[in-house]
Amino acid sequence: MEIIEILFGILAFLAIFSALMVVVSKNPVHSVLWLIVTFFAISGHYILLNAQFLAIVNIIVYAGAIMVLFLFVIMLINLNRETAPQKNRWLKMAGGVAGGCLLLVLVAAFKEVGMAEKQKAVVNVGDIGLIKSLGKELFTKYLVPFEISSVLFLSAMVGAVVIGKKE
Amino acid sequence: MPINLYILLAVVLFCIGVVGVLTRRNAIIIFMCIELMLNAVNLLLVAFSKMHNYAMMKEGIATGGSDGQLFVFFIMVVAAAEVSVGLAIIVMMYRNVHSVDINFLNRLKH
Repeated sequence: MEIIEILFGILAFLAIFSALMVVVSKNPVHSVLWLIVTFFAISGHYILLNAQFLAIVNIIVYAGAIMVLFLFVIMLINLNRETAPQKNRWLKMAGGVAGGCLLLVLVAAFKEVGMAEKQKAVVNVGDIGLIKSLGKELFTKYLVPFEISSVLFLSAMVGAVVIGKKE
Repeated sequence: MPINLYILLAVVLFCIGVVGVLTRRNAIIIFMCIELMLNAVNLLLVAFSKMHNYAMMKEGIATGGSDGQLFVFFIMVVAAAEVSVGLAIIVMMYRNVHSVDINFLNRLKH
């Protein structure tokens, strides 16, 4: 048992457990906090895969910006009086069964394909995840999509302001 | 690490997100579960990019497989834009209906 496998196990367990807690917990604020834990676990996986740029961006963008936005909205919306979403037990059961069936089908299909018994996602070798090589790729090969995404951001900003405006 | 474990982990995370979308009735939590599914796909893309990189490196190409990580970057960009617009819609909906329960949102049906 190498140290990397132990780390992978711990991070995978943390990610799955906190993802379950996101779905299970009653209080939306707790859900947000568990989701932040999930994002940190996934960032740990990125670091393990030597994708350091994406790990940092994941923490900054998701755990830093998007989750703070969620918390703002939850505190803006007064959920305390709890207009208690009615609990339909059959609906919940059906959702759980449907999700379980999806999991079963995906895993079974993957087993059937039987691809990549020997394929590995190498952890320590290769520097494609570093800022230097990713930046070079981003600003040469993917320059046009990068600029288009800036236009997308601008339109999203305008859209959010227009939607959120009081008439 | 074998790629199998990463595929399994990503599938499990994705299915947890699907179950959350199907069972919870709170619009904000549904939104968070969508983020969870996006992140599962991101993790899988990064793992496949490293796998591809390893295969290319045997042939002497050092920078192969960095496309996957750039796709993850673009997915994050789109997710950020989506969250800003979506939360604005949720706030607007709360202002009109005074609830974020999606069971009250069936007015288009009638």
